[in-house]
Amino acid sequence: MARYDRAITVFSPDGHLFQVEYALEAVRKGNAAVGVRGTDIVVLGVEKKSAAKLQDSRSVRKIVNLDDHIALACAGLKADARVLINRARIECQSHRLTVEDPVTVEYITRYIAGLQQKYTQSGGVRPFGLSTLIVGFDPYSGVPSLYQTDPSGTFSAWKANATGRNSNSIREFLEKNYKETSGQETVKLAIRALLEVVESGGKNIEVAVMTKEGLRQLDEAEIDAIAAEIEAEKEAAEAAKKAPPKEK
Amino acid sequence: MKLDTSGLESAAPVWGAPSELVDGFSAAPSFEVPNTTDFDGFQKEAIQMVKPAKGTTTLAFIFKEGVMVAADSRASMGGYISSQSVKKIIEINPYMLGTMAGGAADCQFWHRNLGIKCRLHELANKRRISVTGASKLLANILYSYRGMGLSVGTMIAGWDEMGPGLYYVDSEGGRLKGMRFSVGSGSPYAYGVLDNGYRYDMSVEEAAELARRSIYHATFRDGASGGVASVYYVGPNGWKKLSGDDVGELHYKYYPVMPSTVEQEMVEVAGA
Repeated sequence: MARYDRAITVFSPDGHLFQVEYALEAVRKGNAAVGVRGTDIVVLGVEKKSAAKLQDSRSVRKIVNLDDHIALACAGLKADARVLINRARIECQSHRLTVEDPVTVEYITRYIAGLQQKYTQSGGVRPFGLSTLIVGFDPYSGVPSLYQTDPSGTFSAWKANATGRNSNSIREFLEKNYKETSGQETVKLAIRALLEVVESGGKNIEVAVMTKEGLRQLDEAEIDAIAAEIEAEKEAAEAAKKAPPKEK
Repeated sequence: MKLDTSGLESAAPVWGAPSELVDGFSAAPSFEVPNTTDFDGFQKEAIQMVKPAKGTTTLAFIFKEGVMVAADSRASMGGYISSQSVKKIIEINPYMLGTMAGGAADCQFWHRNLGIKCRLHELANKRRISVTGASKLLANILYSYRGMGLSVGTMIAGWDEMGPGLYYVDSEGGRLKGMRFSVGSGSPYAYGVLDNGYRYDMSVEEAAELARRSIYHATFRDGASGGVASVYYVGPNGWKKLSGDDVGELHYKYYPVMPSTVEQEMVEVAGA
């Protein structure tokens, strides 16, 4: 199999694209990112590694805007992310210019996924080492959406999903606990999912909320408050379980 | 036979070509430059000769019920009437119409091409393209051929999610949104009747009659317009052809021959 490891993405005899699979490995090593869709809101949460003391944490934004109504979070190689995000931002504006309409979430996801696929089928390049979570509101129907793309260039819509480190456990949690929520409930669900694998606290996670009005980054204090709420709820649930039911 | 798809790509590369792997911005748009110092005068004579005077009358206007589109059907080459039955209203798709003024081949080809692009947009995005978007696609194509001798003066009329839409697009690359337009050599005459009789809240019949009369009056005064006045209506369910009347017959409908009073009458003399 070593012969099919080369820089160009070619098929192996048993039908694998090893470069793409190695790219997925890179994603698995990246920080955890979770997205949850509600009825009127979509929430993105990303694990933040503890900032070095001298680093200006405001320059390390992990959840970015692609347009007024679309945001993106990713797991994997951050430098690759920058390139992909720039191309997506240009495409959002180019679409506005040529058809005088903002992009739909599906359109820009298809574009990003198409770009990622192109790099798996060209000479001398390697695939992008990141999976993205793209959220936004459809400018026409006002429906919220959450999409995920991966290095192979596939994409699909999700009610809730996670990518990056420990994404399997987060996804399991979401599958068990997902239900249609709105507003603050959705935010809580996203943070609860992320806290399954991340140390609790506002300084370890970055959360942003997309509503019809646009993207809003939650500040540390808010996240701490919600995390505290979640803790309290968890303790209450534990206590209720421990106290034996009194009725016969 | 291999299908010629060169008409689907613009001749001059537009910036941000998505097929490049590198950042689409960094490659400066470029095309071959003619080997001359006088760029403005280059081929000017040829272009002036090719640029027909747009001998036609077409009009379109938005009113309460939708969009009314009308046109004549005469094609002229100088003083020679080459045809009285040209279809100047082009059906781009079941809910969008384009009008033809200028070079017939240019209008027909690029409207057909626009229809293809609209259909591809529908398939890719699972929704119809807006009139805004369609007119912008056409305007961008025409702009990229600017100065190369295309002659197109068209109106794109349609009904989309935002309601009725009307845009004027021409081969100089101009694109205007509006409520009333008339294009062609007969347009001043048509505007006279159209602007005078226009009200936003007309019924479909009233609007059709206004459109028909405007075209008729343009054909009456303009030698390069004539033939048949076609009237189309674009409503929420798409376009529908309402009428196609020969303007000669319309003339006698509007101005019937009055029997004049006879001063002297010739009497049949019985065979003497």
